[in-house]
Amino acid sequence: MPTGDAQQSNSSILDRSQLDLLFGALAERGYHIVGPRVRDGAIVYDDVASSADLPVGWKDEQDGGKYRLVRRNDEAVFGYAVGPHSWKRYLHPPLVRLWQATRKPGGFEVTPEPINPQKTAFIGVRSCEIHAIQIQDKVFLGGPHVDVAYKARRENAFLVALNCGQAGGTCFCVSMKTGPKAQSGFDLALTEVIEKERHYFLLEAGSDAGAEVLSALTLEPAGPEELAAAERVVKNTAAHMGRALDTDGIKDLLYRNYENPRWDQVANRCLTCANCTMVCPTCFCTTVEDVTDLGGEHAERRQKWDSCFTLDFSYIHGGSVRPSARSRYRQWMTHKLGTWIDQFGTSGCVGCGRCITWCPVGIDITEETRAIRESETAPKRSAREDANGD
Amino acid sequence: MSATPINPLVPEPWKVQRVHRDTADTFTMELESAGGKRELPFAAGQFNMLYVYGVGEVPISISGNPTKPSSIVHTTREVGPVTSALRKLKPSDHLGLRGPFGVGWPVVEARGADVVIVAGGIGLAPLRPALYQLLAARNYYGKVVLLYGTRTPADILFRKELQNWHSRFDLEVHVTVDRAMGNWNGNVGVVTTLIPRAPFDPHSTVAMVCGPEVMMRFTVQELEKRGVGLENIYLSMERNMKCAAGFCGHCQFGPAFICRDGPVFRYDHVQPLMAVREV
Repeated sequence: MPTGDAQQSNSSILDRSQLDLLFGALAERGYHIVGPRVRDGAIVYDDVASSADLPVGWKDEQDGGKYRLVRRNDEAVFGYAVGPHSWKRYLHPPLVRLWQATRKPGGFEVTPEPINPQKTAFIGVRSCEIHAIQIQDKVFLGGPHVDVAYKARRENAFLVALNCGQAGGTCFCVSMKTGPKAQSGFDLALTEVIEKERHYFLLEAGSDAGAEVLSALTLEPAGPEELAAAERVVKNTAAHMGRALDTDGIKDLLYRNYENPRWDQVANRCLTCANCTMVCPTCFCTTVEDVTDLGGEHAERRQKWDSCFTLDFSYIHGGSVRPSARSRYRQWMTHKLGTWIDQFGTSGCVGCGRCITWCPVGIDITEETRAIRESETAPKRSAREDANGD
Repeated sequence: MSATPINPLVPEPWKVQRVHRDTADTFTMELESAGGKRELPFAAGQFNMLYVYGVGEVPISISGNPTKPSSIVHTTREVGPVTSALRKLKPSDHLGLRGPFGVGWPVVEARGADVVIVAGGIGLAPLRPALYQLLAARNYYGKVVLLYGTRTPADILFRKELQNWHSRFDLEVHVTVDRAMGNWNGNVGVVTTLIPRAPFDPHSTVAMVCGPEVMMRFTVQELEKRGVGLENIYLSMERNMKCAAGFCGHCQFGPAFICRDGPVFRYDHVQPLMAVREV
């Protein structure tokens, strides 16, 4: 554990009026800057030129199947939780070309897509999102094969974290031990503090690259009051989680419950629309599309996000392995919270709540988990009847 | 390592040496590298991703001889647009190849034991490399038994080779068909009916099984009845595959990625999920 003194020397004060200095420092170092901004009634991630582009004074109200932007009664820059976008759209983009091929005498020639990602700084990365990025690192970099394009994008990313000052209605990072304060995995971390007379950020470095930027900004070091104020911000957020999920023995719980009747119940509501997988910051599945021009001189393969909620996803000759909504929802949730642990040594869920908010019918992964857990402990009622009934 | 890492998602150019039809809907193709003489060492049971220019890509298990990796052999059934296009390729035509991928049969681990190979239909193709390897090191094994079932006599794969194997004294070959015409004088019935009287010592046997999932389930039941330990039974599983490198998520079977952790699995490792529908 760092001592108070060490923290003091690591953290600086960035006044709200100085926020653009950070943008300038990043731009100077060749970073393309992306961050949150308001578009189409939501806070999304897009190019941002200065702090004026950020969602100043907005917050989001979230619940199952519900997302609304409302005005805050202050000028908080990061006074919202998370929107429908996650950083995977930059690190693991929705559509990428893998290679191109051209016909030549006797055959064809394959040219891999060049790998030269832009240096990109992400502004306002939440702790749950850092965990999501680290989970995708395990998927694409941690196995016997390496996704070289992902690796290059990842190495060229500069993460400016934001310690959450506002818990969303569907947030449960405390349950998943992924937030609300970023502990590592960032280059710089901000904590936004709004007091009666003062609006500032506590800024700390989490990497050499971050420390270099921080020192170039020549800011005042943070004192004990500022450190305590920042600590209060995240404590308050942690105390206001919209949801909770009991992860105790969750892998075995799900492994025991492949035949739980609750899957039928949720399948009656699930539209298999795949929204949850699109907004999930860790869902990594893709498919490929081989296309050619009309003359057949040029062909290419595109990789695009896919979802285990589609019938095509598990298609093998003769049909889909998971034709029912029941089996597809079960696959998604059992993977996210259970099999993921065997595959990658971590849960696939970071508690960001996006799948709950963006589900058109408000299916709630925390509620579904609770229902399965309670079906095991509740007085032996319907479980046996249901088993007999089918 | 500072060298450019190999990109497992980009196909390499290979070219067709020979294609021949095995049965009405099944064909075998031999491939050689189009990028200069190159061997592709593989383990029995592994698969490659084959790409037909402008059409698409499919996973196909390798059916050739692992002790002769200069030529890569694939046997497949024509079931979709890509396999149809593959079948139409002619000698010296090019195709794309990625691989080999996956974990193969426990051929080396089975040394000292009897080996029983149970194949259903096209399931014989991924088992043939194991058989080649067993025969190349025949002295290391006890009895070696091949039990093979197809729909009709016309669907029998590798007919000539089967006859050669049948005439060997160090290999037991039993073939059965689901339905037969008048000129068939062999076994009739599903492949599991061959298991009760097959000559192997169940307490010292490694079983390698490949075929439709339902056939594999019943095969395991019969092997278990004979007393073969579940930890000595191996299956080759099939799921949708796109990347073959563990990135795309399609081939998940519970905690396993078939492309990376399989396609060959020890039965007791997948047993709980084999009983669940639509996993």
